[in-house]
Amino acid sequence: MTEPYVAILIIWVFLFVYAIAGAIDFGAGFWAMYYSKKETNATILANRYLTPSWEVTNVFLVLLVIAIVGFFPGAAFYMGTLMILPFSFVLILIAIRSAFMVFSFIVKKYTKLLVYISGITGLLIPALMIAILPMAIGGFIGGTGERQYILFDQLFTSPTLYTHIGFGLTTELFLSALLLSDYARESGSEETYAVYRKNAIILGPITLFFAITALLTLIPQAPWMVETMIDIWYLFALSLVAAAIGYSALWWPSKKQKPGRARVAVIFTVLQFGLASFGYGYSHMPYILYPELTVFDAFTDPTMFRWLLYGYAGGLALLVPAFVIFWRLFMKDKKYLQAESGEGNGY
Amino acid sequence: MDSVLLSRMLFGTSMAFHIIFATLGVGVTLMIFFAEILHWIKKDRDYGVMAKRWTKGFAILLGVAIPSGTIVGVMLSLLWPGFMEIVGKVIAVPFQIEIFAFFLEAVFMSIYVYAADRLSNVMRIVSVAFVAFGASSSAFLINIAHSWMNTPRGFDVVDGAITDIDPWAAVLNPSMAVTSKHVLATAYMTGAFVLVSIAAFRLLRKTSSGQERAYHKKGLMLALVIALLASLYTATNGHSTAGMLHEEMPLKLAAAEGLFETQANAPLAIMGIPDVEAEAVVGGIEIPGMLSWLATGSSDGVVQGLNDFPQDEWPPLFVHTLFNLMVGIGFSLIGIAVLALGWAIVFRRRNLPTWLLVVLVTTGPLSMLGIEFGWIFSCVGRQPWTIYGFQLTSSAATNSGNVGILFFLFISLYIMLLVMTGLVLRYYFARNPVYKDLQAPQGEAF
Repeated sequence: MTEPYVAILIIWVFLFVYAIAGAIDFGAGFWAMYYSKKETNATILANRYLTPSWEVTNVFLVLLVIAIVGFFPGAAFYMGTLMILPFSFVLILIAIRSAFMVFSFIVKKYTKLLVYISGITGLLIPALMIAILPMAIGGFIGGTGERQYILFDQLFTSPTLYTHIGFGLTTELFLSALLLSDYARESGSEETYAVYRKNAIILGPITLFFAITALLTLIPQAPWMVETMIDIWYLFALSLVAAAIGYSALWWPSKKQKPGRARVAVIFTVLQFGLASFGYGYSHMPYILYPELTVFDAFTDPTMFRWLLYGYAGGLALLVPAFVIFWRLFMKDKKYLQAESGEGNGY
Repeated sequence: MDSVLLSRMLFGTSMAFHIIFATLGVGVTLMIFFAEILHWIKKDRDYGVMAKRWTKGFAILLGVAIPSGTIVGVMLSLLWPGFMEIVGKVIAVPFQIEIFAFFLEAVFMSIYVYAADRLSNVMRIVSVAFVAFGASSSAFLINIAHSWMNTPRGFDVVDGAITDIDPWAAVLNPSMAVTSKHVLATAYMTGAFVLVSIAAFRLLRKTSSGQERAYHKKGLMLALVIALLASLYTATNGHSTAGMLHEEMPLKLAAAEGLFETQANAPLAIMGIPDVEAEAVVGGIEIPGMLSWLATGSSDGVVQGLNDFPQDEWPPLFVHTLFNLMVGIGFSLIGIAVLALGWAIVFRRRNLPTWLLVVLVTTGPLSMLGIEFGWIFSCVGRQPWTIYGFQLTSSAATNSGNVGILFFLFISLYIMLLVMTGLVLRYYFARNPVYKDLQAPQGEAF
């Protein structure tokens, strides 16, 4: 494997982790809003998951951007010209969301407002982010040389955009419903488990529907990608198998009150998502932005590449222990998970 | 307006906004760490309450610090694609490690704040130490990139292509050590002075009880000691900075001082306005030989003047005023801190007089202004270059036509966040006055 491919693989790993963590984070925001009017624990649980974890998720976004610029400095130009609008809107929405996340923790009277802000931004931010994908497959860029711009009229009338957004949003809600059902189990709240399990059952087939239509709309839009996709059909087949196992796990017998093995469902769905997104990314190669920019054009200097690899190795060695502590305190500790109210956490 | 000027305005405003929260993030976490340590050593509950309340305030600021940091981080690539292209090839490593330092800070901040009731005393100190360490390392690493913009090393440009890349030479550039120390010391100093201001403001209230006064006085003293140490260090470091500028960026030094003619025994001009026609600083006070002494260590040393350089490479000459304000604020703050600490030591049993408390209230805002002037001086003083001697600001900027609308959107966002932060801080501390914490039964402080 050549160096640019190693680099793009690392970017894919970061993107994958952020996509999963972000989907769950933004999805939890949506669910907290969706259930805010009803008398249920579903809102409290979603918020308890969000409170300590959004900061960590947010850092992954910066990590992703820095990794792209570090490994592929040639891509900076396109980010700064073509992508400046979608990225800026995402930044503004994230800023509002994060600020309210903290403010409502300190001042309880903002909690209601926060529920709406994090719910609405929880849909808008992922929709904007996923919209960058169809922009990168080509056909929506006008102008020449230094003066390039996105053809918004063509983009907004293209079905590819909407199938991608539909896929992004349903995946987000499906994944977060699955994880929250697992989190509810871990907290010993079977009633809330049932609520999120039901949502996952409804959303599973819809997600699959959008995944397939997104692929179908690629055929006229990006035939160059579809060719590779056919070559690696087995990756997508495996992904379907993982999806089937994960979805069926929602009915597997369990020792608890209600049926279903939420943990198995989460793991296989994440695996499915990993296989499918790897297949998508692989078919995208060697282009970062079709047909303007390949990973080879944008790649950094080989010396720098090596130092960046050392840097990531060292940084991860430092962080993994920190994550383990974090996980044990917030995802495993029964005292935290089973606290009666939504504010069972110190000050 | 062209997209270069708009990009500068948008990025400059974003930095000016972010730097408030970033500086406090570095300075206040160190103060929380000291309060925790004192709590542990002295077994005095007041320090525990102090750490808790400072953390509360810091947590509110963090709600803006994290997104504003995300904004400037991503905005670098959006507004300065030409710059980031070179950064990615030459100085990407500190940016990348900075993310990990930021991670460390975020993870341990979540642990320290949200899991405080489940941590032992030692674990709490360890977590807050990691928060402070993460915050300071972030500042240090980002500043490496900033210092490299002033004194770029570790690459060469041949026919527009970047060659001979040496990431370590870029990191260990000549101004790295001296500016990093400067940035960290002034952040500690500002964090401490802001807490001095708050404590002094509370002590001005006549209605507070003896217990509250004792609490605020302890906070005031702790913050004053750290503020004085950090500001004394800043002064000696400022001297090394003058020497570094003399060696590496003589043009910036000449603009900062308004020195037109290259000369030995160069005078130090305090205030006044550099006049291009008269080739002199008009209306200031001159101390003969002082600039030569500061820059070279001897009053006979030769200091280069503006006239040695083509005029189209001069930075705007108002940087002289920014520089003077920064230095003036620094020295005034040392004076105030010495006076207040001296007073407290000599008249141990008496309260600080009202006029002195009023003066102390101004130190936090003054210190923050000093930081802002310093940053503007450093970045405007480098103009017209983004990477000194290698890349002009005009070739670093985006050519997107949308920067104007973005400027408007982001400014609205910053104003909203500033107002919200103020409201939340006020609301929280009005609802949770210090006497409640002080009188809470033992063990409920956390």
